[in-house]
Amino acid sequence: MAVGKEIRTKIKSVQNTKKITKAMEMVAASKMRKAQDRMRAARPYSEKIRQLAANLSQANITDYRHPFLGGKTVEGSAKRVGVILVTTDKGLCGGLNTNILRMLVNAMKQWQQAGSRDVRATCIGNKGFGFIQRMGGNVISHVTQLGDTPHLEKLIGPIKVMIDAFQNGEIDEVQIAYTRFINTMKQEPVIEQLLPLTGERLGTPDGSWDYLYEPDAQTVIDDMLVRYVEAVIYQAVAENMASEQSARMVAMKSATDNAGNVIKELQLVYNKARQAAITKEISEIVGGAAAISG
Amino acid sequence: MAMTIHVDVVSAEESIFSGLVEFVALPGEAGELGILPGHMPLITRIRPGAVRLKLPQQDADELIFVAGGLLEVQPGLVTVLADTAIRGKDLDEAKAAEAKQRAEEALVNRGSEMDYARAQAELAEAVAQLAAIQKLRKHNH
Repeated sequence: MAVGKEIRTKIKSVQNTKKITKAMEMVAASKMRKAQDRMRAARPYSEKIRQLAANLSQANITDYRHPFLGGKTVEGSAKRVGVILVTTDKGLCGGLNTNILRMLVNAMKQWQQAGSRDVRATCIGNKGFGFIQRMGGNVISHVTQLGDTPHLEKLIGPIKVMIDAFQNGEIDEVQIAYTRFINTMKQEPVIEQLLPLTGERLGTPDGSWDYLYEPDAQTVIDDMLVRYVEAVIYQAVAENMASEQSARMVAMKSATDNAGNVIKELQLVYNKARQAAITKEISEIVGGAAAISG
Repeated sequence: MAMTIHVDVVSAEESIFSGLVEFVALPGEAGELGILPGHMPLITRIRPGAVRLKLPQQDADELIFVAGGLLEVQPGLVTVLADTAIRGKDLDEAKAAEAKQRAEEALVNRGSEMDYARAQAELAEAVAQLAAIQKLRKHNH
């Protein structure tokens, strides 16, 4: 029967799309579990080093004050801001990247209104890198294609470019923008101040001791703070990855559901067309027979 | 029972060891360090090498290799913050320089990268067309 050939082809193609989105959903679901495990695995380190940083920032040592702890505060106007932007490498994960990028654009507008001259960016992930470049932003370093497991080693170089800019006084503060993982259904874009380190970020020390420092306080504090900053960024990257997989899973699930609905509707239209064709044929036959016998 | 002290060995990517031990030996910045319960508070860098943990009621020591990091000794708690990569001022510097160079290259090659994206889109289109043609042919036979 020649009825509804177009409709049948369309149904086939939607069915194929549905298969693909379903497969992507399942892949994302299994990757999500691993990404969440990694995110949790990174927590003890960042918790420990945060505690250590808190202890040290309170410990009464010589008058050495590390630049990260922000001795000199620049007053509101003309702040030079650096941003570490964490996004995904791949798309098809719902509004994840769009949300963080929109938030960043709004924040940039505010910084500009406050008199910030230029915003420098370190981009982790392809999407943010492409976006900042298209915007004509100043990308001082970037890293893409991190894969499914974030390795700190890949992050060290790009981060150091930003940290060096801060230490040399080229920028006054460093912000980090990423998507925080709350649960599978909910991820939240956040922009937080990374440098100079604020008291609330470090939390309260769990005690204060007079440490022995080897080889000396300054070296140890320098090393520790750099590692602390890296740990915070690593944690952000790990959370971003968990968010990515969850967002992708949810997006693909709704795509699969939508494909199912489209198929249902098309099937209905197809059946109606078929029914109409049959009715028409019968009435034609009956009409013909009546004409002959009549 | 011998005195014990709680030791945590963590790296940025995972938690490696957590538990009570009798004795810890590790390569400190200024030389090999041995830590027994009751050690005074200390913070030091550690060099790449093995952290040796003497577990209670076990003959064999637990060995963990670290690529450097930091050691913190608090009263009753030892924390080893292990690095996952070999670190050094020169190495880090080289990595930063490399990252900077890549950013500059990307800036210069901005045009070509756009072309790449376009080429990729065209390729995807061509592949889709090809698949469609093949499908049609199969239908006709």
